[in-house]
Amino acid sequence: MYIEVKEVEVQYTEKKEQVDVLKNISLTIEQGEFICLLGPSGCGKSTLLGAMAGFLTPTKGTVYIKGKPVERPCAEYVTIFQNYGLLPWRTVEKNVELGLERMIKSREDRARIAMKYIDLVGLSGSEKKHPGQLSGGMQQRVAIARALAVEPEILFMDEPFGALDAITRMKLQDDLLNICHETKKTVIFVTHDIDEATFLADRIVVMSADPGEIKNIVNISMPKNRDRTSSNFLRARDKIFDIFHMKKPDTVEYYI
Amino acid sequence: MVKTIKYCVISFGALLLLWQILVTVADISPALFPPPTKVVAAFGELLKHGLKGSSSDVALMGHIGISMARFLTGYILAVVTAILAGLILGCLPRAFAYVNPVIQLIRPIAPVAWMPFIVLWFGIGDVPAVVIIFIAGFFPVLLSTVAAVQNVDVTYRKVAQNFGLSKMETVRKIIFPAAFTQIIHSLRLALGTSWIFLVSGEMVGAQSGLGFLVMDAKNCMRPDALLAVMITIGIIGFLLDTCIRLLEGVVKCI
Repeated sequence: MYIEVKEVEVQYTEKKEQVDVLKNISLTIEQGEFICLLGPSGCGKSTLLGAMAGFLTPTKGTVYIKGKPVERPCAEYVTIFQNYGLLPWRTVEKNVELGLERMIKSREDRARIAMKYIDLVGLSGSEKKHPGQLSGGMQQRVAIARALAVEPEILFMDEPFGALDAITRMKLQDDLLNICHETKKTVIFVTHDIDEATFLADRIVVMSADPGEIKNIVNISMPKNRDRTSSNFLRARDKIFDIFHMKKPDTVEYYI
Repeated sequence: MVKTIKYCVISFGALLLLWQILVTVADISPALFPPPTKVVAAFGELLKHGLKGSSSDVALMGHIGISMARFLTGYILAVVTAILAGLILGCLPRAFAYVNPVIQLIRPIAPVAWMPFIVLWFGIGDVPAVVIIFIAGFFPVLLSTVAAVQNVDVTYRKVAQNFGLSKMETVRKIIFPAAFTQIIHSLRLALGTSWIFLVSGEMVGAQSGLGFLVMDAKNCMRPDALLAVMITIGIIGFLLDTCIRLLEGVVKCI
């Protein structure tokens, strides 16, 4: 067991009323898996991710990574956010170097590593630009390069492509899959997009709101280079729609 | 830039013209409100050798230099301490909650009200003006720095935490630069306020500087010289503001 979420509950009190954000969440994840946390907004998927990444402490229960309880964030598991979190006053290169500054003292080494990852996400040539000069998709690529540069074992991604247009989003999904495959990362990816989850995940953790619970865990047994238009893909996607009760009852009349 | 200069020239030209017409048509006594011509003459006199009958024999440029030195000392001291204190208080919201009521109590008191104490503690000379400028500049910068630090995007803090930056590194690499665009705006506000209070600071006790010149012109009963000094104060304030505005523009581009 690589990541173990054990009976995690998150509650907060609002106007003296107790709200359950997450209720009795247990989940195990193996190394190298690509997990999508899928659910409507308010189902606590981002909260669960935050608890795994160490940004918040659960009210009850514990998250273990490699057997050790998670207490605070660390550079071995990097989180990528929807709004990128790039520092607008730094160039692309310097943004990617941010996490390296503690570990690597030599400037040349840092620059070399940063260039390697800028190259990996397909942004070579833009290293001297500032984030403000880049499109949303390119900015998220910078954030991915920055995360990968510290060579983390796990990537936590919190709706990273939520603000991007459909086409850019698909391109980034393709590239993310390739990169994760190449670098053998374990990825926990939060999304509310069924297609996105079906395309990326080895397993989809379907969550429901009020209180946030795991509704179902769906294995997607498709090869890595998936085709969004294949019948396998559509069948897998169908299964998720079914879980959300979003399939229309079959009332079509056929005329032959 | 060319446009700005055009606006300035036309605006000032119109003001001078209106002023001259008003004085001529209404036949106002020069002792009550001198015409621009007399003011220009007084300006020349001030520039050359200072006012006749004045207790100081320093020319205008000398007074400007003295005032600028006091101003810059007070202003820079205020800005540096206010930003440092603001960064600390911004990072410690609990502490700020306790300090804030006191700040809000002291802030609305005009800096000149402290004058008797300042003279008691620091005597007369350069220090009172510097202290007045310091008080005038300190609070706006302090409060806006605290607000700017508290407004720093939560994601930035999370990124810093994630990459294991220490508290000091987080402040230096993330919080200060992130807050800086907001801080520089308050630097501009503080510059204006401080410059206004320079004159009040120099009106009590000082034997030099632009504020002293205001009192001096009054004592010599020279309304023309008084207006000349007032205009000088205005022009310098305007130039200072232009400088910091350009700086603000440069910072915003980064």
